[in-house]
Amino acid sequence: MKLLEVRNLKKNYGEKEIIKGISFEMEKRETIVVIGPSGTGKSTMLSCINMLTRPNGGEILLNGQDVVKAKSVEKMRQKIGMVFQEFNLFNHLTVLDNVRIGPLKVKKLSKGDATKVALENLMKVGLDSRSEAYPAELSGGQKQRVGIARALAMEPELILFDEPTSALDPELVGEVLEVMRKLAKGGMTMLIVTHEMSFARDIADRIIFMENGYIVEQGTPEKILSHPEKERTRQFLSKFRSGS
Amino acid sequence: MNHFIFIFIQALPFLLKGLEFTLELAFISIIVGFGIGMFTAIERVYGGKLAYGFSTAYVEIIRGTPLLVQLFIIYFSLPQIGIHFSPLVASVISFSLNSGAYQAEYIRGAMQSVEKGQMKAAISMGMTKWQAIRLVIMPQALRKVLPSWTNEFVYLVKYTSLAYLVGVPELMAQGEFVASRNFEFMDVFLGVALIYLMVILTITWAFSFVEKRIKIPGV
Amino acid sequence: MQLFLSSISILLKSTGTTVELTVASIFLGTVVAIFVALGQVYGNLWIKIVATVYERTTRSIPILIIMFMIFFGFPSMGIRFEPFVAAVLALGLRSSAYQSQIFRGSLLAVSKGQILAARSLGMTEIQVFFHVTFPQAIRFSIAPLTNEFTIVLKDTSIAYAIGVTELLREGTYIVSTSYEPLLIYSMCAAIYFVITFGTNKFVSIAEKKFSIPGYEIRGVERA
Repeated sequence: MKLLEVRNLKKNYGEKEIIKGISFEMEKRETIVVIGPSGTGKSTMLSCINMLTRPNGGEILLNGQDVVKAKSVEKMRQKIGMVFQEFNLFNHLTVLDNVRIGPLKVKKLSKGDATKVALENLMKVGLDSRSEAYPAELSGGQKQRVGIARALAMEPELILFDEPTSALDPELVGEVLEVMRKLAKGGMTMLIVTHEMSFARDIADRIIFMENGYIVEQGTPEKILSHPEKERTRQFLSKFRSGS
Repeated sequence: MNHFIFIFIQALPFLLKGLEFTLELAFISIIVGFGIGMFTAIERVYGGKLAYGFSTAYVEIIRGTPLLVQLFIIYFSLPQIGIHFSPLVASVISFSLNSGAYQAEYIRGAMQSVEKGQMKAAISMGMTKWQAIRLVIMPQALRKVLPSWTNEFVYLVKYTSLAYLVGVPELMAQGEFVASRNFEFMDVFLGVALIYLMVILTITWAFSFVEKRIKIPGV
Repeated sequence: MQLFLSSISILLKSTGTTVELTVASIFLGTVVAIFVALGQVYGNLWIKIVATVYERTTRSIPILIIMFMIFFGFPSMGIRFEPFVAAVLALGLRSSAYQSQIFRGSLLAVSKGQILAARSLGMTEIQVFFHVTFPQAIRFSIAPLTNEFTIVLKDTSIAYAIGVTELLREGTYIVSTSYEPLLIYSMCAAIYFVITFGTNKFVSIAEKKFSIPGYEIRGVERA
């Protein structure tokens, strides 16, 4: 059984169709990177998978269980982590509490166990030494690493990354990508929306190119980035050639 | 309901006479208060130590004490040292001094929210400090202060009702006058409340209209 | 000097009434305001409209009129209140309008992103409210609530008009026998000043002590 199956997913806001029918599948331990121009529904798609946005049509199956029709949305969300472009850390909580609140309040672990889980995951992102700091005292890169630790602490089956480095200063991007690389190597299943092409080439098992609410084509990094079949993909990639 | 309308229409000529005083009090006080506020704010931001000390003391004392007590000091206490004011003049002085302190704070806040770089840029062009304040800082600060200014005006319209307690025949006093003659306290006071409500809604609407008209993108 | 000494103890005693008025009014205001704010933020359309009309109307009518309606107006409908009770009702209901605005602003000041993040962890809406929205909204409320406290404290002087023997009326009694209005009213002013200034200082020290980076005190605005 596939870990994640998305079938004919659709989302519109009033007249405006954002996602016009998307289907793809993900294996356990797979890393998929989604690329494409801004405003083509990539973020909306992630949001739908976590049911933060309710889709208008289609199915999302996690281990064969329908996420959209699930009795408890909360139960499904526990299994799907999310990392946000704007970090969205809880400003009133310390780094440790940001990471601990999920295991403690949602999974109802004991305080001792939750703390242990939180510290382990902070160690994974290299921030165990800042556990008493508040979000306002961290750099953007550090904030995002806490965001990743917070998602990891729920021990999800899959983590969604919504442009995790887009809000960062260029010199801070590297530390976040480094953490994500390690996660991918460690076998975490990851669905990543990003504009970092060289990172995508490195990390992805598969790349999906999306435009105007459709998947235009998908395949290995080699195929999509070096030998795309579709004209649209070539046009999109040509904008990145000169830069990277 | 019919009863209320009957009482209200009977009282209306008196109430409108009172409303004139209310609006007069509020208009004069906000304008005089604005002058005081501008002066005080500039002293607090750019003034020397002494000017800063005095203006800060003024603002803190006014903000830390009730308006009614300020009014009582000016109307009932100053005659003791030979200074007599009519009820109307005493009220205008109290309200202006009071509003001046609050307006100073709004203007100061707005001036300080205009970034420091603006002052540097203006001076680097050869402007004097005063020119920079007048031509660069204030035009930006006053736009930011407008919403607080609306609040301040609304506040004044409501609190001019305190002038009733020293005998100014404003809206509240007229209401009390009518009610104590016909003993229809609830209906008359409801009528008075209704007039305040209409006036304040109108002011709020008018100011938000002005605000939109003079808005500059990004400021 | 003699008058000063004999007056100060009397004035301080009536300051007790002033503080009682303030605390009771703030308390009543908070209770009502919580319902109004929750109605405005989480209620359906009708609840939102009713709550908003209540808030706007109450804020637009002078406190003196509200007090007179309750104290002089209600008896004509057969409901009679003690001056103190009428003053608390008037000050409390008026304060509820401002406090609801404070609470609503604080609830909405918690960023949408944090609420999404909390949901993405699998929190229920109730958990999101109690673990993420509420703790932050409380902190956003502290500075404006302190301000509201001093506003109500100052406005208790208006209860003078319906005969509550609070600080200002006590002062007026002394003036009527001593003919020293300048001294007595200045003493009243000084007492009000010490309380408001002291409250502000105390809260800002407490706030600094328990502060969380990112929640600095904001400017204080008049209601």
